[in-house]
Amino acid sequence: MAREKMQILVCGGTTCSDGQGEAVFENLNLEIEANALENDVHVVHSGCFGLCSMGPVVKIVPGNTIYTKVSPDDAREIVSEHILKGRKVERLLWKDPSGNTLVKEDEFAGQKKQLRIVLRNCGIIDPENIEDAIAHDAYAALGKVLAGMKPTDVIQVIKDSGLRGRGGGGFSTGLKWKIAYKNKADQKYVVCNADEGDPGAFMDRSVLEGDPHSVLEAMAICGYSIEAGKGLIYIRAEYPLAVARLRTAIAQAKEYGLLGKNIMGSGFDFDIEIRYGAGAFVCGEETALIHSMEGLRGEPTVKPPYPAESGFLGKPTNVNNVETLACISPIILKGASWFAGIGTERSKGTKVFALAGKINNVGLIEVPMGTTLREVIYEIGGGIRKGKKFKAAQTGGPSGGCLTEKHLDIPIDFDNLTAVGSMMGSGGLIVMDEDDCMVQVAKFFLEFTVEESCGKCAPCRIGNKRLHELLEHITKGKGTLADLDRLKNMCLVIKDTSLCGLGQSSPNPVLSTLENFRDEYEAHVTLKKCPAGQCKDLMEYFIIEENCVGCTACARVCPVGAITGERKEPHHINPDICIKCGACMEKCKFDAIIIQ
Amino acid sequence: MNAVKSPEELKSIKAGILKRMNEKETVRVKVHMGTSGLASGAREIYDFFRLELEKRNIQASVTSTGDMGYSFAEPTMEVKRPGEDPVVFGNVDKLRADEIIEKYIKNGELVDGVLPANYRTINQ
Repeated sequence: MAREKMQILVCGGTTCSDGQGEAVFENLNLEIEANALENDVHVVHSGCFGLCSMGPVVKIVPGNTIYTKVSPDDAREIVSEHILKGRKVERLLWKDPSGNTLVKEDEFAGQKKQLRIVLRNCGIIDPENIEDAIAHDAYAALGKVLAGMKPTDVIQVIKDSGLRGRGGGGFSTGLKWKIAYKNKADQKYVVCNADEGDPGAFMDRSVLEGDPHSVLEAMAICGYSIEAGKGLIYIRAEYPLAVARLRTAIAQAKEYGLLGKNIMGSGFDFDIEIRYGAGAFVCGEETALIHSMEGLRGEPTVKPPYPAESGFLGKPTNVNNVETLACISPIILKGASWFAGIGTERSKGTKVFALAGKINNVGLIEVPMGTTLREVIYEIGGGIRKGKKFKAAQTGGPSGGCLTEKHLDIPIDFDNLTAVGSMMGSGGLIVMDEDDCMVQVAKFFLEFTVEESCGKCAPCRIGNKRLHELLEHITKGKGTLADLDRLKNMCLVIKDTSLCGLGQSSPNPVLSTLENFRDEYEAHVTLKKCPAGQCKDLMEYFIIEENCVGCTACARVCPVGAITGERKEPHHINPDICIKCGACMEKCKFDAIIIQ
Repeated sequence: MNAVKSPEELKSIKAGILKRMNEKETVRVKVHMGTSGLASGAREIYDFFRLELEKRNIQASVTSTGDMGYSFAEPTMEVKRPGEDPVVFGNVDKLRADEIIEKYIKNGELVDGVLPANYRTINQ
């Protein structure tokens, strides 16, 4: 009798669960063969289920049964019970936190950590085909707004939803719109800030590439609400694909009468144009962005006046980030209370994070506000690469700070991150493991701000340069304890006296690493050692005599001839000649070379 | 295309598109072609599916979309067999693409590299 075809998906493989997934996979295959089921049942590797603490995970289709914490020894029972007799293996079924057994994936869905609002259509629709977008509810919210909502109604909905700006500051979007609405003028502007500058963050790019209509629609809704007739998208020229897809989307929307004159017969006119940026970090700051669009130098000016009073060409202007705009349509369609029901007390909705660094599943994730760092890193991110130990995660890019092990369980939202000395920023999340030197990390981010400082105000232009020099000093082993105090003092002065957000936040990585990893800084200045073994000037390669067999491999690979020794005798490294390139350590097969 | 004249008309256009999509349901292949996908070779995979599905006489639509955020497994793609839930595959090279056509598209047999949907959508 022909059996129904079944498939067994096994997650993991070599990266998570200490490779147990692979053993489960092999044992399942052996059992399938032993029962001569090769033709009816297939075992395949799958990606991460986002349940890493419960791994290895096995899923059986049809039926979508999920088994968790499967050990290699469980393979026999799964095959003999579930596959052959159709009886579920109760003890392995996935349970929710309150202990209820969950059998199917539909039930399991509610337990998933990720919720996609901003990324709802990314990878789902063809961004170059407006029909596909319309089929997925594009412009439905604009229709609803034009069909019978007053501008003030729309603003009230956005305000009630609790949506806060996703670009970094976290200012209430509804309030921002309200201020722009109240300032009367013959022309107003809606600006979409697509000048995504944080190193490692690319959610805005993904939204523009995957779902450009969501942004166009939201801009039109904003235009209607604040009574603006013109929208401008400020996007960096380094995003050619996003630019191309935006252009296509704008042209298609105009063709369909969803942008342009008399949209959907409502009498409301709204047009969108693209403005290009050259990729300067400071142009993500709204006043600098507006200057850049006007053809002036991309330099910030003192607020007030806020752009809502006097922005582009001196007219009231509302600037919103891409991710913020991508939230608008679902809020209009599903209501303010739906959105306000997601997230924490003061931070509503979801946040997209770009996971980067020493984490297994690098990429974009979207989670409700209030998800903990532990869930993000260990459940969704698949844990730290190569099973190393978590050390810190940098949030908010070069303007943020680092979160350490003691912060793993705080719910991530705007206020909690600020309280622990970091910030939400645009959502870049760079994970560092035990091998990363925190002084080097601080130096790396400062290097970025030094390069990106526009030079207008002295604290930022000169102060950051001096900070960078001090850090350089410390990593070279020339620092003193007094330097650490000087470092901190200078940071505080720069924060207090800089003109714009860039300077005011640029010392954050230094302050936060100094606060959380002071012992590491002290090791650099007092012991002249780098605990993570990253600062080249502070390390010394050393050969352990007992392990060295005298194979001469290291001496041959050394580019400067710093290694000497007779064949079959322990070798030695001359520290005065050694350039610390590490070639010998890589070559040694006997673990005889270590860093001290 | 004539301009949409009212929000009501937009709704009927949407309904029309959905009806058309559901009427002629074939295998739907979506290759995720955002910057991360393209940088890892999604274009080649897209061309491969276009060419090979036609060569092998399989009725299917092949479209390109943006990325889903699975940077660790690019290039990624989605296959939806008629009446079934879509399945996303990661780390797709030509070898795996061939396997996807022969095993999954033809027989519904899964192959290595399935990426489970570990997220909820706004409609759930």
